[in-house]
Amino acid sequence: MSDVRSAAEAVFRQESGRIIASLIRLSGSFDRAEEAMQEAFAAALACWPDRGLPLNPAAWITAAAHRKIIDAARRERTRIAKQDSLLYETPTAAPPPGAQPEDAELEEAAMHYPDDRLRLIFTCCHPALNPEAQVALTLRTLGGLSTAEIAKAFLLPEATLAQRLVRAKRKIQEAHIPYEIPPPERVPDRLGPVRAVIYLIFNEGYTASSGSNLVRRDLCAEAIRLGRLLNQLLPDEAESLGLLALMLLHDSRRDARIVNGDLVTLEDQDRTLWDRRAIAEGLQLVEKALRMGRAGPYQLQAAIAALHSRASAAEETDWCQIAALYRVLLEMNPSPVIALNCAVAVAMSGRLEEGLQQIDGPAISGALGNYYLFHAARADLLRRLERWPEAAGAYRQAAGLATNQVERDFLDRRLRALSLLASG
Amino acid sequence: MRYMMLIYSQETESGPAPEDGERIKAAHLALIEEASRKGVLRGAEPLAPTSTATTVRMQNGAMLLTDGPFAETKEQLAGYYILECGNLDQAIEWAAKIPTGCKGSEGSIEIRPIPEMPGLTRGSQSPNV
Repeated sequence: MSDVRSAAEAVFRQESGRIIASLIRLSGSFDRAEEAMQEAFAAALACWPDRGLPLNPAAWITAAAHRKIIDAARRERTRIAKQDSLLYETPTAAPPPGAQPEDAELEEAAMHYPDDRLRLIFTCCHPALNPEAQVALTLRTLGGLSTAEIAKAFLLPEATLAQRLVRAKRKIQEAHIPYEIPPPERVPDRLGPVRAVIYLIFNEGYTASSGSNLVRRDLCAEAIRLGRLLNQLLPDEAESLGLLALMLLHDSRRDARIVNGDLVTLEDQDRTLWDRRAIAEGLQLVEKALRMGRAGPYQLQAAIAALHSRASAAEETDWCQIAALYRVLLEMNPSPVIALNCAVAVAMSGRLEEGLQQIDGPAISGALGNYYLFHAARADLLRRLERWPEAAGAYRQAAGLATNQVERDFLDRRLRALSLLASG
Repeated sequence: MRYMMLIYSQETESGPAPEDGERIKAAHLALIEEASRKGVLRGAEPLAPTSTATTVRMQNGAMLLTDGPFAETKEQLAGYYILECGNLDQAIEWAAKIPTGCKGSEGSIEIRPIPEMPGLTRGSQSPNV
């Protein structure tokens, strides 16, 4: 029994996205698809212990769920026909409800169901839905996460998350958001929100916006899985490759970034703890993307991450090159946060004073005065310039604004180390 | 399904400049012509400015009249289209073509699906006999 259960769970983890995508197309409804999939998994758990594991468990479940949808549609037609009392239901050769799919049908199912996940991605990330709804819907359907799991990952009450999903599904249904891959000329526009959703999921996992657990690994893994899926379904999109590379390169530092619950900066990380395989894959992807000659923000950020990954020690980091990449990124996407990163790169390339001057300029300090990373970056440069009292003040401001306990602890440690230096 | 496209325009004191007004009017006429040729037009009307609006509210059985629109907003309802579209994406394509500067400054289009309500007679559809 436990073998059967774990087999069913494995199928669910690997195949639920593909199965639900096909069920939504067939039933025209997210709710009916979810219901049919749950019933099919329940039927599998009831049936497999006696009859043994089918040859292709995923196809078995798909076929069983398809039949449940067809049965439900037939019952609905019968009900309407009876209500109208105009039509007479002709008896069909339908199998009795609850019958299990036959092997021949299973083979058929395995052969002929197209992969509908791309439709599902574009529908879940439709720009007519708000970003929170896009994220929740993507994790629920393509990720196969339960409402409770998503709520927990985003530190929201389950009822809030459930409400968000209900509202999104209702809008899809009532406003007729199509279950379609957009026409080719619209694909570039529509891919923007898809990538944004995947990156949001990754970032939520990588730097939890609040709470004491800095990395929620499940979300990072899920985002990377979705990134791979996007590249598999719609290959040779430079920015999608860049996004996957960016996530892999950041995720490669996971074990070095948090040690005993404490945040370790890039500079102080033990680089032997970095995941070499993830780095190799990330580097290969970013090179492939950049060779396509359509540079974009994800590729540039990945290229910056790649320069950090290539340095075997912090001192060997090519900060000049990083500053140059940030300047290109800033041109594409003028934002004070990117300007801050650019200024830090300038400072780290050996021009500390110049970097600090840029940070203190109105373009950055005016916009980011309430952003803890702004004060943390200032504090770090002031510390390097050995301007202790000013550095201490900036660390205190940063700690006051940080929302994450792990990050607050880090800033407090820096502050304590600083007071030792200043007094010594 | 039918979608109502609500045109929200920013009303200005003097309205659009005469040459802009002519251009916007021509754009609306061209769009109405296109939608009608493609068989999707179910209705389209402009509205007089909000300075002419009266709001009626029943309160405890008494009628309360207010001079002006139901809410003071940055952009004001200036007219509408009702179009028959296959899905929201098609509705968005149409909405992108509707000029919004009719009352002075550019505004936005709100797309609202019109739910099918069996039993309600509609001017736009022949009654089911």
